[in-house]
Amino acid sequence: MKVATQTISASECLLRMYDEHHEIEDYQKGVPRWCTGCGDNAILTAVQRLCRDEGLLPEKTVFVSGIGCSSRLPHYMNTYGFHGIHGRALPVAEGAKLARPDLDVFVNTGDGDCCSIGAAHWIHAVRYNMDLTMMLHDNQIYGLTKKQASPTSPIGTKSNTTPRGSYLEALNPLTVTLGISNVSFVAQVVDWIPEVLYQVISAAFHHKGFSFIRIVQRCPEWLPKQMDPWMHDPQRVLLLHHENGLEISPALAKVYTKMEEHDPANMNRAREIASSDDPIPVGILYRDDDIPCYEDVRHDSRLRTAEMVKNGLNAELDKFTVWPEGATHA
Amino acid sequence: MAPDDIIKPNKPAANGNHVNRVSARLKEHIVEIISDSGEGAQKCGQSFGSIVARMGHGVWTVEIIPAEIRPPARSVAGASGNRIRIGEKRVTNGGNETDLVVAFNEQVLLGRVRSNELKQGCTILLESMWRDDPNLSIRSSYVETYKQLVAAGYRVYEIPMEEECHKHVTDSRRGKNMFALGMLCSCYSLDLQVARDQVALTFGKKSEKVINTNIELLEAGFAWAEANLDFRYEIPSSKTTEPQIVVNGNTALALGVLASGMEICAMYPITPATSASHYLSDAFEKVGGVVHQAEDEIAACAFAIGASYAGKCTVTITSGPGYSLKQEAIGLAVMGEIPLVVVNVMRGGPSTGQPTKTEQGDLMTTIFGSHGDAPKVVIAPGTIEECFYSVITARKIAETFNMVVVILSDANLATSQAPFTRPSFDEAWLAPPIDQSAVPAGAKPYDWDPKTGLARRFIPGQPGGMHTLTGLAHDVNSHVAYDPEINQQGMRARSLKLAALQKTLLPPTVFGDPTGDLLVIGWGSTKGAIEEAVEEFREEGKRISSLHLTFIQPMPPGIKEILAGFKKIITIENNWSDDPNDEIIDETNRRYSALAMLLRSRYLFDIDCWSECRGTPLKPNTVRRVILEALS
Ligand SMILES: Cc1ncc(C[n+]2csc(CCOP(=O)(O)OP(=O)(O)O)c2C)c(N)n1
Ligand code: SF4
Ligand SMILES: [Mg+2]
Repeated sequence: MKVATQTISASECLLRMYDEHHEIEDYQKGVPRWCTGCGDNAILTAVQRLCRDEGLLPEKTVFVSGIGCSSRLPHYMNTYGFHGIHGRALPVAEGAKLARPDLDVFVNTGDGDCCSIGAAHWIHAVRYNMDLTMMLHDNQIYGLTKKQASPTSPIGTKSNTTPRGSYLEALNPLTVTLGISNVSFVAQVVDWIPEVLYQVISAAFHHKGFSFIRIVQRCPEWLPKQMDPWMHDPQRVLLLHHENGLEISPALAKVYTKMEEHDPANMNRAREIASSDDPIPVGILYRDDDIPCYEDVRHDSRLRTAEMVKNGLNAELDKFTVWPEGATHA
Repeated sequence: MAPDDIIKPNKPAANGNHVNRVSARLKEHIVEIISDSGEGAQKCGQSFGSIVARMGHGVWTVEIIPAEIRPPARSVAGASGNRIRIGEKRVTNGGNETDLVVAFNEQVLLGRVRSNELKQGCTILLESMWRDDPNLSIRSSYVETYKQLVAAGYRVYEIPMEEECHKHVTDSRRGKNMFALGMLCSCYSLDLQVARDQVALTFGKKSEKVINTNIELLEAGFAWAEANLDFRYEIPSSKTTEPQIVVNGNTALALGVLASGMEICAMYPITPATSASHYLSDAFEKVGGVVHQAEDEIAACAFAIGASYAGKCTVTITSGPGYSLKQEAIGLAVMGEIPLVVVNVMRGGPSTGQPTKTEQGDLMTTIFGSHGDAPKVVIAPGTIEECFYSVITARKIAETFNMVVVILSDANLATSQAPFTRPSFDEAWLAPPIDQSAVPAGAKPYDWDPKTGLARRFIPGQPGGMHTLTGLAHDVNSHVAYDPEINQQGMRARSLKLAALQKTLLPPTVFGDPTGDLLVIGWGSTKGAIEEAVEEFREEGKRISSLHLTFIQPMPPGIKEILAGFKKIITIENNWSDDPNDEIIDETNRRYSALAMLLRSRYLFDIDCWSECRGTPLKPNTVRRVILEALS
């Protein structure tokens, strides 16, 4: 048995990547059913652009999601997709990546999906540090189930389960993630600055390891004015830039004048920045390229041939075998 | 059975004076060795089992495990050790009550007496050091227990194990077990050289010094018994011509995983399933493969699903509480038609239940578990050997039918050891390479065959096969669909696959005649005990047969015809059913055992049931009693 994970060779694969010119339409599928003005649309456009620009082979690309409005994203990608169950996108993606490191695996999840029902998996995914690109579509509300408070809803958010306003302080996904061992990439973006949204997803994709992107995403259906103060006042956005982080275009720099040169290697400063949500920090907060990936740590370079399984099994059976005549087998 | 009349109760003679040893020939015997945990009774028992197997006897060993990791020393609930049933022929189950016990203290012994595990008047080889213990309460407890046991008719031999071991080692906690092993080898007339070889093998990873010390203790125990014990047993052996392997059910499962070609196992630790993953972790180091210890069972199942989805059929191994947690994810695999092998090594439930005890309480949960209609394949190995082959079968079915296959083992199989013919590897066991060929133009991801429900699966990497798998109702293109007709179509396809598999199964074989007065039906680990009891009745000329089901979902063809051949039918199971004799129980409220319920509803026969949930493996004697009651 030769475990062929590819029938085309690596060089052919490269040839295809460079020869085949991909259009954005090649990655589009169906008509998104999100509400008009929903921030998920911007995220979809950004990942489709990324696939095109990187020339990703649609058959080698997998978008994994959980359940929620945001988790519908894989249906609109003309790649492989896995729209699973609420909260469990990460372990599904991890299994797929471990079995098939040759695939590019993305994860799209919501604030309920990731920070509530799937919180255990989120913590452990950071620690496993598998080479996955995760987008947390954080609209601070449960969208699909029609407006219930989520763990990231700011205190006082009125919802169907908190008619007089939510009772608890919001959970901060950035500080949580920055506190987990093996954290290797943490970024934050907002859906209404497409240029930075694209840049950050692209940087996350190129980062080897688990990239965590919190995307502040508008939900005009349930929280129509939630983001207006930040959207309408560029001074309430803090752009992070650095030679090892984002490069801000002059055009953008004209609008968003509040900037900080932040070295993504600086964990202490990253934690400080993460703790503030006004102005809202946008950019790469933290990056460490040297954390080993779980799939590499667990990778076995031996080709698992039938011969190898046979010999291995027989060697194991030898340990437990009683040979005829009652004698110990040599 | 022990011909008790030839063995006279006797105290051992003083050291050195050889006693006259009465030798008895037996067909079989059950031996127990028990101690506080950490004193090595388990190792002694396992080694004894292996020696006996090497000598060509039939053997079945069961671990005696305390519920706590380190129960207090000398406690009634703390017995740790092994129970070994030796026979002249193949032994298929743990048998009835124990005939001979080696106990390192009287408290662990009391535990076994109180749980009715020892035969009335059985032989006890008891460590006697407690008689002179500096602690008065220990001294008196020992003397009191000794008196009670003798008065109750037990044949108690007091043995100065500690004292004898001190002649060879300073710390007798290390080594008393080998002394006991030596005594047992003498008691059962086993070949000392085979025993030496086994000890060398058992301590194979240790230094030569350690091995030699243990062999010295083994020999000392042997010599002491030869010189001081007034009895000896001989059990004829029938040498096999084929190599046998001796493993427990969990190791057999793990070997099955290797042999099936699966290379990823996702799990979360849980008794009594974990040892399978322990063993597999080690074996994968050599063969290549990954045991992924996930953050919980939900993650383990989802991880396995992700890996299977990406083309490598994966196994997830668990027990009751973990199995409950996996339900939603199992439903996803059913809906998405992702091949998946799930092993549930059943323990006592509900809730945390009895973690170390055996039960068959999860059958209904397995067949009907996960919300909605979630058809999956359920197989239950009945022997340790079947634990091995069931994994290979499960992987094949999972990938052929794109289904979830659940293997129901239990704590009884998991912790029992018995020899079976060494499997010889077959390349056909392995999974085919991951299909990465381009998908033909126009092919659909769920192109359900109208007759069988089967569809070809597209695996990431296959050009042209791009689609989004979803747990939502979907059409042939894997598009989310709310159309009533499409939902009906998908449900039908997923269900039909069970029927398609059923068409490939052979009718089960009846143990005994195809017609008669009574048919006993069982499933899973009770096979050996049921067949042993039925065999005994048949030898007595009774018209009783039994049927054991390995495939429970789908059930193989031919069962209705079998049922029709018997006047009365009863299932015997290790799970809950109401006692029809209870005051408020009648036919309108009686809850039947799981298999009885399934058979009654499918075949419309008035099938009776008997079951118990005592946490102990079913005994042939119990089956005998139940059958006699059923016949009366
Ligand atoms: C086990 C389970 N519990 C509850 C639900 C119902 N449910 C579906 S989506 C969702 C929350 C969605 O919120 P979020 O993750 O923030 O995604 P959004 O819709 O906002 O993008 C819930 C509670 C479910 N599908 N499964
Ligand atoms: S409900 Fe909110 S999150 Fe969902 S699609 Fe509409 S705008 Fe987007
Ligand atoms: Mg949300």
